[in-house]
Amino acid sequence: MALVLCGPLCGVTGWAKEPVLPFELAEDAAPKGPLDELVFAKLKAKGIPPARPCSDPVFVRRAYLDVIGTLPTQAEASDFIADQDPKKRSALIDRLLARDEYADYWALRWCDLLRVKAEFPINLWPNAVQAYHKWVRTCFVQNIPYDQFVRELLTASGSNFRNPQVNFYRAMQAKQPEAIARTVAVTFMGARAEKWSKEKLAGMSAFFNQVAYKRTAEWKEEIVYFDPFKTTAVAGSRPVQAVFPDGKPATLPQGVDPRTVFADWLIQANNPSFAPVIANRYWYWLVGRGIVHEPDDFRADNPPSNPELLAYLAKEIVAAKYDVKQLMRLILNSQTYQLSSISPVGPNPDAESLFAFYVPRRVDAEVLIDAICQITGSTEEYSSPIPEPFTWIPENQRSISLSDGSISSPFLELFGRPPRDSGLESERNNRSTPAQLLHMLNSTHILRKIRNSPLLRESIRGSDAGSAAKKLYMMILSRPPTQAEVGHIKEYAFGGDAQGQEALIDIVWALFNSPEFLYRH
Amino acid sequence: MSAEQNAGDGRREVGEPISRRDALKRGLCGAAGAMLAGRASEGAIVSTIQEKAKAVIQLWIWGGPPHTDTFDPKPAAGYDYCGPLNKTIQTNVAGIQIGELLPELAKVADKYTIIRSMTHGNNGHETAAYMVQTGWQPGGRVVYPHVGAIVSKMKGYEGGYKGLIPPYVVLTQPQGRFSEAGYLGPKYKPFATGGDPAKQPFTVEGVVAEGISDKRQKERRELLNNIGTFQQAMKDDPRFVTFAESQEQAYDLILGDGAKVFDLRTEKDELRDRYGRNTFGQSCLVARRLVEKGVKFITINYQGWDTHKQHFEIMRRKLPEMDKGFATLLSDLSERGLLDSTIVWWGGEFGRSPRVSWEPPWNGGRQHFGSVFSHVVAGGGFKGGMVVGSSTATGEEVKERPVYPWDLISTMFRLQGIDHRKELQHPQGFTVKLCPSKEDGVKSGGMLTEII
Repeated sequence: MALVLCGPLCGVTGWAKEPVLPFELAEDAAPKGPLDELVFAKLKAKGIPPARPCSDPVFVRRAYLDVIGTLPTQAEASDFIADQDPKKRSALIDRLLARDEYADYWALRWCDLLRVKAEFPINLWPNAVQAYHKWVRTCFVQNIPYDQFVRELLTASGSNFRNPQVNFYRAMQAKQPEAIARTVAVTFMGARAEKWSKEKLAGMSAFFNQVAYKRTAEWKEEIVYFDPFKTTAVAGSRPVQAVFPDGKPATLPQGVDPRTVFADWLIQANNPSFAPVIANRYWYWLVGRGIVHEPDDFRADNPPSNPELLAYLAKEIVAAKYDVKQLMRLILNSQTYQLSSISPVGPNPDAESLFAFYVPRRVDAEVLIDAICQITGSTEEYSSPIPEPFTWIPENQRSISLSDGSISSPFLELFGRPPRDSGLESERNNRSTPAQLLHMLNSTHILRKIRNSPLLRESIRGSDAGSAAKKLYMMILSRPPTQAEVGHIKEYAFGGDAQGQEALIDIVWALFNSPEFLYRH
Repeated sequence: MSAEQNAGDGRREVGEPISRRDALKRGLCGAAGAMLAGRASEGAIVSTIQEKAKAVIQLWIWGGPPHTDTFDPKPAAGYDYCGPLNKTIQTNVAGIQIGELLPELAKVADKYTIIRSMTHGNNGHETAAYMVQTGWQPGGRVVYPHVGAIVSKMKGYEGGYKGLIPPYVVLTQPQGRFSEAGYLGPKYKPFATGGDPAKQPFTVEGVVAEGISDKRQKERRELLNNIGTFQQAMKDDPRFVTFAESQEQAYDLILGDGAKVFDLRTEKDELRDRYGRNTFGQSCLVARRLVEKGVKFITINYQGWDTHKQHFEIMRRKLPEMDKGFATLLSDLSERGLLDSTIVWWGGEFGRSPRVSWEPPWNGGRQHFGSVFSHVVAGGGFKGGMVVGSSTATGEEVKERPVYPWDLISTMFRLQGIDHRKELQHPQGFTVKLCPSKEDGVKSGGMLTEII
């Protein structure tokens, strides 16, 4: 990596660095539409150049991991890289958004936020979990508009088995009106009601005063319903008036479920607590950092890093009638999303918060173990601490399509899968810890997957060290190796202690342990 | 702190946390001052907190051990209660008798104290296990961490612990059912060893791998460095600086001395036999070795105690195993001078119904029982040779001196020099107490001051 001598414009518009191969394109990043213009204008004002555009191999891997939580196969990656169509990136985005795994992966993300698990402290129980997960996944299969999705969750009544969206009101530790209001705030308004005034929380809680629960004769069935006679008011004092979180008092007509009044207020196009929140969440999920960060901490003293960008995205999702795929397309096709992950100015908090590069982060626990299983042709065992009479887990179950946060494996726990207790984004921990690296470097779990893989052996049968290296790189890192890397691998295969099959094991092991594999970048 | 209002779940709604300067003005300084985020009026009590225990070994008897067959025998209650186990053993402390299947523990009763009046009244595994191990009732907004995660944070990560092995270790499988780290987050989860210490080698996931020589490890490491094109490109990014450091640490553990703590071949055969050549016994031995390495909290997750059926058959098999491992752990720690600084905490989420279910389908089983049950504590500042509280003649209710999980846990915190009223930061931006007491609206028998 040679440094070009700095001219007077260095760090503003000039390029300080050569493109880093094989991760970057040689060309300069250029805005492709209003979204990029807003990002680049802000960067320019701060004197930070954007990173270079990412290379095709980086893009194909990134798009697969971000959109469908799945590593591209060797063939998918090579075909994309070889494709000469100048529009191949947007064509790939469309193909990915239509895949089955899209619904699996986004149901997983949403079930994290909605706290979908059978066990303590949420206690949905297995059959309700199955129904709820299926409902959420179906919403993504059918691409239900986001405002409708939210309204259904907020206003549902009925049996937790037959009308699964009522489980929204069951999937929380405490079910008093105030606790419900807090959950609604964090899930849909991206706000932590703990930081609100008492009055604000009380005003919003009043919308949930008449949420009632009752059991049926069927085991673990529960009805969530609107009980017009239920009151939480203390005798002798006036009931708390329902007030929208923006401070406007609400009128609740007799006999109308106040939740519908709240939901209709929430999903209005001009509500600053709704469209910007979901636009920001998707931005966070795809780009790796929120415009408001953390994405569930909207408040006056945590302003967006680029308010114009947030306003633009919010306007676009409203214009798209809350079609989240449309919002994803907009982000995924932007130059900003397609920048390399190499900071053009070294470590610099502004560069990250203003999106000068794609923020690298460790691959999600579920996606990582699925990728390892895909490469080695192996499967995983999952277990649940409670009997799951309504659950059948097929041998080749992928982690991203597990419905229940209580069904887990030691790997998922170690790699920071969220416990689904609170619905906070920060529950998912994608930081690398020494214990995780120990597991990758030296566990029997990973070693056996590599050693006992007929798929790996088969795929390089009869290849010399050079072409074996090429295949393994495509399978694991979705890119061909550099000349230098081929050299190192040949040297290892012929020079070291480990020969033949054993050398293959070691090479796969080394690629698994490279941060290039362990991170989205 | 007049601004303080309690939400009933120990959370402070409104708070002007006391400033450090204020704390100093009120005469609290150093660690005690920092610990006291906002409760100066109780400064006097805090200043008496002394760290006696440097480590905790939790013997987690998962499923619920029967109190009346172990530490609270009721031989006079008759066959409906005792079944075939109707004898007791006199221990080496006058006046203390325990169940007939615990002869080894009877010889070391001077080293531990039996609490016969543990209670919380809950008969569900998950809720009871949560209460007993976090010190909180479920409900409310907060998901509390296991005591071990708190200790690992305060005495480990923030207490200058520098060991390669994480400060909170579980032998061998995590307890599950609740997230041990609670609101503290995944960093504070325990390191679960996997493997089986009764087998050779004890393959600790990630630390001791089957059949990879050190030479091969070193060659692999070189290969990994050689193909680090991406790492080279990202070398300025702080995330990858941390990654490289973590990888170094991992290698120190794999190739250095760290892994030796799990190699029981260096222990004398005679001692290994005394502990019992089974998973529990050898886990106790590993726990002692981890304490010697400075690990702060070790949980031995001892499964298989949920004996709804075949209760007595299972007791005849399991209790002798438990007896040997537990008793040897106490005498071994004591012989090495470690018992004074190590709390050993025995107990499960509840006890088992004193009245035997003779009817089908149980045919001689015991059910979940949270009204009264026994826990045992030893070392680390706990007195030995004592009994706290008692249950009624049939062991079905607390007779005197109820002890709730939070009473015991706050006492253990105190012995570790941790103020249980300290407040930690919740990621959602409020503060949470370590452990509740009477003033938080929970039932309480008070701290166990009589045995510390």
